[in-house]
Amino acid sequence: METEQTAEMPTDSEKREMMLNIGPAHPAMHGIIRLVVDLDGEQIQNADVEIGFLHRGFEKMSEEVGYNGVIPYTDRLNYVSPLINNMGYCMAVEKLLGISVPERCHYIRVILSEISRIGDHLTCVGATAMELGAFTVFLYMIKARESLWDLVEMVTGARMTVSYCRVGGVKADLPQDFAGPCAEAFQEVRKVLAESDGLLTRNRIFVDRMNGTGQISAEDAISYGITGPFLRATGAEYDVRKDCPYAVYDQLPFEVPVGTRGDNMDRYLVRMEEMEQSMRIVEAALRDIPPGEVLVNPETGQPIPAAQMVDLAKMGKIESISGGCALVAPTLEGAGRGQHRSIAVDEKRVFLPPKEDAYGNIEGLMQQFKLVMLGHGLRPPEGEVYFPVEGANGELGFYVVSDGSDNAYRVRVRPPCFAIMSALPKLLTGEMIADIVPTFGSVNMIGGELDR
Amino acid sequence: MNTSLIKAVSDRFPAAVSATHTYRGDQTVALRPEFLLEIAQFLKEDPALQMNLLVDVTAVDYSAFGKSPAPAFFASSGVAVRPSTQIPDEDPWPGPPEKARFAVVYHFYSMHHKHRLRLVVPVPESETELTSLTPLWAGADWLEREVWDMYGIRFSGHPNLKRILMYKEFEGYPLRKDYPVNKRQPLIGPVN
Repeated sequence: METEQTAEMPTDSEKREMMLNIGPAHPAMHGIIRLVVDLDGEQIQNADVEIGFLHRGFEKMSEEVGYNGVIPYTDRLNYVSPLINNMGYCMAVEKLLGISVPERCHYIRVILSEISRIGDHLTCVGATAMELGAFTVFLYMIKARESLWDLVEMVTGARMTVSYCRVGGVKADLPQDFAGPCAEAFQEVRKVLAESDGLLTRNRIFVDRMNGTGQISAEDAISYGITGPFLRATGAEYDVRKDCPYAVYDQLPFEVPVGTRGDNMDRYLVRMEEMEQSMRIVEAALRDIPPGEVLVNPETGQPIPAAQMVDLAKMGKIESISGGCALVAPTLEGAGRGQHRSIAVDEKRVFLPPKEDAYGNIEGLMQQFKLVMLGHGLRPPEGEVYFPVEGANGELGFYVVSDGSDNAYRVRVRPPCFAIMSALPKLLTGEMIADIVPTFGSVNMIGGELDR
Repeated sequence: MNTSLIKAVSDRFPAAVSATHTYRGDQTVALRPEFLLEIAQFLKEDPALQMNLLVDVTAVDYSAFGKSPAPAFFASSGVAVRPSTQIPDEDPWPGPPEKARFAVVYHFYSMHHKHRLRLVVPVPESETELTSLTPLWAGADWLEREVWDMYGIRFSGHPNLKRILMYKEFEGYPLRKDYPVNKRQPLIGPVN
């Protein structure tokens, strides 16, 4: 009996490779990635990455809805920092239209993008730490992210699927005294970052797992098309915000942290520093933002209920409502007539009128109808544009082709983590099986934008 | 308007360039397919250009271009509603490529000189095959696989041209304009 068993077991001199299938139903693979690795003992000989489990046809759907209808889909590309996606898409269509938004609107977009970026980095660093056993850091960071999402909720009304930007502007102005809660949230984030830094940066277990694993050189990273913190950790200095500045990034003070070795530890350090820089941008932007309009016209005083305004307008009694402000649903807060001038482009063919005009006069009503009726809508001229913004993971580009109709002819997203995922076999080959977890964590793979 | 990149490419390869434009400031060169690899190598290695980052590869199916229904009109009055006045650009867009159903679009960026260039390569339906850029950029691998997956355009010389976002048994190319948006296909998988 014993001799039979030993005959089946490999002898000492015999070597066998093992194929290991990780995911998609594996917690570290976030449920949507399948890795097939060839193992020699614990060493990875070869790796194959299979993606597409979350493909929802974003690009096909974008061809079927109007230009503003794409915005909710962009939320779902990178659901951790949806505001950057919103902004990238809207700026691409604005470029196609040849228009530019007011300066205050640029500032609002920048402030919210940077808040989202901090949230994204907190998630990435927190999740990586958790997967390496530092559960406390994860909980701290998610709590800090929550305070940032409270800010996002104050402005947009939603935490994740915000749909906040519009082609030619944003949905609503910042709430009054936004700087106060923002400073409080940043205080909390800074406290958490200092605590996490103390828990991780010199932690023996964490450093041993991160140092020297998942290493890639700058040349290889560029060849794979990698951008963002992942590229900057290799020492290549490329940040769309600095190198091809958009919105008002050229007027704001910030530095671009770069690493030297391009391993997991450098990526962690780059992300930690980028969060600090993002907070610096937000603080400077809140200081420099041009003031918005007053909320209520002092001449008319009290806001008028929307239904009453419609009735008065129907009877032609427009003197009493012409400068007034409508009392509308809370979802439309911050988008009144006064604020409209500072949050939206002055172009009637692009942006919906303030509700006071839609309810109160025929021009506003026509403008509203011309933009929302089927077959009318927003119609950019024929053409093609590419517009890149710096997403939390790297260059997020939108390539939009228009044929002059009210639906986009083609919307292409250049997802930043697609390039990084294509380099994953290169990153993993030759490493130990346990290194998959920190390397994959530092990729910050977001299924929504990877599979679209 | 900056046209230095267009000039550099068209001076070097006068026979390859079929059209150029800088619509909304994006420098774009349309080429003949046979020169693609040569020009890509020139863009990457020429010291004055050094376009070391292949940002994106994608395709557009122009078969339905300009065929979307005209704007709605008020039936009772017979008055057609014209589309909005267009906001013009100094350099008008020349329109989709002639006599080719597809256009494969490459975006390049130079980290040294901080400039961008777009290459547009028309691909006729009769011969949907292009040269792969995988020898020059490792990142072209997945990007070209996606173009193959979504549009059915082959890349000769590609080491591993198989579907990437869709599954192996999927039939058709979903981003082609003749693929209906609501078409359903059976999911392939183990029977539970």
